[in-house]
Amino acid sequence: MMGEEFVALSLTPILIGTLAAIACALPGNFLLLRRQALIGDAISHVVLPGIVVAFLITGVVAAVPMMLGAAGAAVVAVVMIEAIRRLGKIEPGAAMGVTFTAMFAGGVLLLEQSDTSTVHLDVEHALFGNLESLIWLDATGWSSLWDRDALAYLPVELPRLLAVLIVVALFTWIYWRPLKLSTFDEGFAQSMGIRTGPLGFALVIVAALAAVAAFDAVGSIIVIAMFICPPAAARLMTNSLGAQVAWSVLFATLSAVLGYVFAGYGPIWLGANNAVSAAGMIAAVSGVILAITAVAGPCRSRSGAPAEG
Amino acid sequence: MLWHALTLQLGYNATLVTLGAMLLGVAAGVTGTFLFLRKRALVSDAISHATLPGVGMAFIIMVALGGDGRSLIGLMLGSAASAWIGLLCIGALTRRTRLAEDAAIGAVLSVFFGIGIVFLTFIQTMSEGRQAGLEGFLLGSTAGMLYSDAMIIAVGGALVLAAVIAFRRPLSAVAFDPEFAASSGLNVPRLDLIMMGLVMAITVVGLKIVGLILIVALLIIPAVTARFWSERVTGVLWVAGVVGGVAGYVGAALSAIAPALPTGPVIVLVLFAMFALSLLFAPARGVLAAVLKHLSFQKRVHIRQGLLALAQGQPIYEKLTLRLLQRAGFARADGVATTDGKARAAKALRDETRWQMARSREEFALAATFYDGLTEIEGVLTRDQINELDRLIGAPRGVPV
Repeated sequence: MMGEEFVALSLTPILIGTLAAIACALPGNFLLLRRQALIGDAISHVVLPGIVVAFLITGVVAAVPMMLGAAGAAVVAVVMIEAIRRLGKIEPGAAMGVTFTAMFAGGVLLLEQSDTSTVHLDVEHALFGNLESLIWLDATGWSSLWDRDALAYLPVELPRLLAVLIVVALFTWIYWRPLKLSTFDEGFAQSMGIRTGPLGFALVIVAALAAVAAFDAVGSIIVIAMFICPPAAARLMTNSLGAQVAWSVLFATLSAVLGYVFAGYGPIWLGANNAVSAAGMIAAVSGVILAITAVAGPCRSRSGAPAEG
Repeated sequence: MLWHALTLQLGYNATLVTLGAMLLGVAAGVTGTFLFLRKRALVSDAISHATLPGVGMAFIIMVALGGDGRSLIGLMLGSAASAWIGLLCIGALTRRTRLAEDAAIGAVLSVFFGIGIVFLTFIQTMSEGRQAGLEGFLLGSTAGMLYSDAMIIAVGGALVLAAVIAFRRPLSAVAFDPEFAASSGLNVPRLDLIMMGLVMAITVVGLKIVGLILIVALLIIPAVTARFWSERVTGVLWVAGVVGGVAGYVGAALSAIAPALPTGPVIVLVLFAMFALSLLFAPARGVLAAVLKHLSFQKRVHIRQGLLALAQGQPIYEKLTLRLLQRAGFARADGVATTDGKARAAKALRDETRWQMARSREEFALAATFYDGLTEIEGVLTRDQINELDRLIGAPRGVPV
């Protein structure tokens, strides 16, 4: 499986899956600690109407308008959740439930009503993504990695996700201290002069950016799973935020690589002919990792956590 | 067409499905209210997503046993089993580890859904799986339903609703005040389990109608909508049941005339329309009511301050005050008080003076807490007390009587 066809058929999907997983897991760490884990769930649902509206306005499936549309939808959703929460005095979980189900339903209906037969945009693609189709046909083997002509035909998702990952990583790195302070002790962070409100909003926007880029490439399931599972598993491994982020990156990478390999080659090993959904398998592997850490992680329990030293 | 759909004239199966959706909607609205009051609304999202592997697994097992694989009752049993496992996983993650419930919900939701998708893609490669139509369970589809399936949905909806009605009293007691319910002898953990069982039953029956991605809306939105219309548990339960029932009925009827549309999103948008109307126009808690209340308060403050200014002969510069006084007939456009205005102004000044005296005396301390610059003192103090205040204020001094 390490031959020529590996580079052409499997290398780029694995890389794209890994980049998407890491880009989601990084903000996921902070969302998890802030008890906002389900924001990722909500974002990945509301991205759909944004993308559909962007498509209806521009008429093409292009990256930039879709990113803008999805980011716009995420902002609309955040504002709507806040408005419902404040105006109706409704608890945040329920306000979120109302918002994302309604927006998702609107997106599905718009999609079904509009003529998308000429483009690759349908509900199932939105849910499961299509990692397997992001192949690099111009690659003839490992040597293609140095071949300028072949590199020009890399799937466009790869450089795009790389760029988004760099943005997400830079945000995490530059705002590490304010993020850490405001996550663990918001009052203290405010007294230090950190504007926690805009910072929290920026975190949601960065998460939305990661969700949109990953959603476009791999579908909404991986997005939800990668927002929550690797950070949750990492949380059960350590008490330090830095170590937790490092673990979550490792777990995200592991899920993406193992998930893709199991989905692509697992059925063949078991004697079947066809591969199964890579996105679903990546989510499943991340769940297995979480299950293992929940049973055996060194810092899994509340009371039995090792003393701070 | 629309009228035919809404009056149940589109055939026997469509009628059964529409009635089943309505019954299910009522049950979901009521059960969702219990969930909402227990602040566990999003657990239902995890339960519904966790049904997918069960659906796939049941299909594979039924085909392996030589069956059709599309038997709705078999798929429902499978979905109930995997939803139950998902619920146990959430419980284990929140109790045994330090993860919060929202993380456990998100993890179970995404992982089970992912496993379900793996099963679905596997089924698509099976020769029996090409026409399985299991994708209909994602967003709901009632088009071209078999008579037996329509019957299962109608009977299932009725049974769930009957169960909800049977357990409504203990469940609302627990939802409203768990500690009090426990102290009055109710078994709270078991009732919580029953509540989750009802949520699961609704999810399983609703799979085919609403689809597993959006069924959470059928549980959450009626309760949230009803909260705008009533401050009492029974009131919220009734309104939520009606909202859920209407959405189920209208949504299923609409999708009967537009078979290409998935049913789930139609039902959810009907629900959301009712929610948005309530948010804006509900009598006590709605946005419009709040705006009107604010405006009337603003008007009272402006008129009061304007009258005090008139009484003390001060000019009024605030345009809104002047306009309000003019409209009430208390002042002319140039800011000079009318006869009526003079009387009201004198009354306002007297009221204010009495309040000032009341607030400065210890014996009126309790009454003074009612002072907000708007309340008339006659509504707070008795005539004797006001006479006492007038005595303390005294007659004009330095003027021969």
